Amino acid sequence: MVSNNIIQVENLTKAFGDFTAVNAISFEVKKGEIFGFLGANGAGKTTAMKMLIGISRPTSGKATVAGFDVYKNPDAIKKNIGYMSQKFALYDDLTVKENITFYGGIYGLSRKQIKEKTNQLLEELGLQKIVGELVGSLPLGWKQKLSFSVALLHEPKIVFLDEPTGGVDPITRRQFWEMIYKTAHNGTTIFVTTHYMDEAEYCDRVSIMVDGKIEALDTPKKLKEQFKAKTMNDVFLKLARG
Amino acid sequence: MGISVKHISKSYKKVNALKGISFEVKPGELFGLIGPDGAGKTTLFRILTTLLFADQGTASVSGYDVVKDYKSIRNSVGYMPGRFSLYQDLTVAENLEFFATIFGTTVKENYDLIKDIYIQIEPFKNRRAGKLSGGMKQKLALSCALIHKPKVLFLDEPTTGVDPVSRKEFWDMLKRLQQTGITILVSTPYMDEAALCDRIALIQDGKILQIDTPQGIVKHYPKKIFNVQADNMYELINLLKDYAHQYSVYPFGEFVHYSDKRADFNTADLQSYLTEKGLKDIAIETTKATIEDTFMELAK
Repeated sequence: MVSNNIIQVENLTKAFGDFTAVNAISFEVKKGEIFGFLGANGAGKTTAMKMLIGISRPTSGKATVAGFDVYKNPDAIKKNIGYMSQKFALYDDLTVKENITFYGGIYGLSRKQIKEKTNQLLEELGLQKIVGELVGSLPLGWKQKLSFSVALLHEPKIVFLDEPTGGVDPITRRQFWEMIYKTAHNGTTIFVTTHYMDEAEYCDRVSIMVDGKIEALDTPKKLKEQFKAKTMNDVFLKLARG
Repeated sequence: MGISVKHISKSYKKVNALKGISFEVKPGELFGLIGPDGAGKTTLFRILTTLLFADQGTASVSGYDVVKDYKSIRNSVGYMPGRFSLYQDLTVAENLEFFATIFGTTVKENYDLIKDIYIQIEPFKNRRAGKLSGGMKQKLALSCALIHKPKVLFLDEPTTGVDPVSRKEFWDMLKRLQQTGITILVSTPYMDEAALCDRIALIQDGKILQIDTPQGIVKHYPKKIFNVQADNMYELINLLKDYAHQYSVYPFGEFVHYSDKRADFNTADLQSYLTEKGLKDIAIETTKATIEDTFMELAK
């Protein structure tokens, strides 16, 4: 990788039949950045994200993630990124410890590494007491925090978070963002989608997708200036309503 | 004759979902239940729509008891559950017709009530419900919940996972519906939507923390609150949390909301502490508590 960019996207496009879900988007994400990827439902965020994590082949355009080409090395991308979504997090019928061990194995960690990571994780999250509980019985906020930590088990260079805080209570939502800050502070890049516009303000830079295109991309401060808006919510409403 | 809830409790095997909650919703009121996942909102909805028995307490909906008069309630309320519950294999038009027929009415008879909403999905009326986008499913579900002209409408997290634009459109629709005299009980985890209700109840862990108007609820916040900004957000949060006199520290968009334990708190003290620790571009100014501040304070 020649540049300081961990994601480099040029004219990336995905079409389904005659419907263009992602229409020639271009952007880059720097190492250690918290990058907010916003857009209305159906704007093409999920489709774009699927191409970036190596599970959907683009129709045209270029993209590299963590130094790997999305066409040539999608499997290498999967090994070098973390991914967490609101919908699929962990196995409800496995215990906290079993989930960590399972994912550690998937990511190819040794037994010794898994053991070390498990202890470290449980301590950081304060979950030692419930290590034997089924994940299904945990409150949503804990599940999400655990799930984020599991996505970081193999120390990926970048982690993709797809609406990680949907439906989570306001206090846990903030604790979650403190985890994000800490992770970014330690050098891991964060790529995050959210429908909470106050969370958009926590990002270093934000892009907003409308109908398959990136219509705005800058720091929250500059976007607010550009759109003469008081909050990111106003920026979003102005853009997405046209 | 809106909704009356008295000392309702409900437990599942391990969880006390509702712990003796009481409140009243006036006829024609738009009342919001505001609380996170797991607060007990859905359990309450299921009890009020006669789908679940409470362990203790009583409740009535437009004058009907939820146990004795369950049939009358089912005829006179509309319910939009949190999970999409229409028939995925029926088309948009078929779903609507099905619900109208079940309630012994026709789409034509009450079309006026849903026109505003249905018109937006009418171009797709021959599409199967399962193939609709999230926003369109939501509009169809609302149309189906309204087609028998209910007196009371129950909406369980209608906007969860929905983008800000569609959320705003949905709330505009609710406001127009309210004008027709329908009583609306709506739940949401989004605190900004709370401000759009006539009154709200903040709910957490099966208990009601507070009931008031959106303007009134913020008066329950006990402290002065300050917006703090600096050049490094991560450092700022950590430093504020380490500050001996801090009462609460929560990131709020571009600011951190800070309140102090001391009654005679002077912003200059905090300013010099942060400067000493190496932060730059520090700004501290008073601000007003929001519904979210109040929620977090009461939920502590």
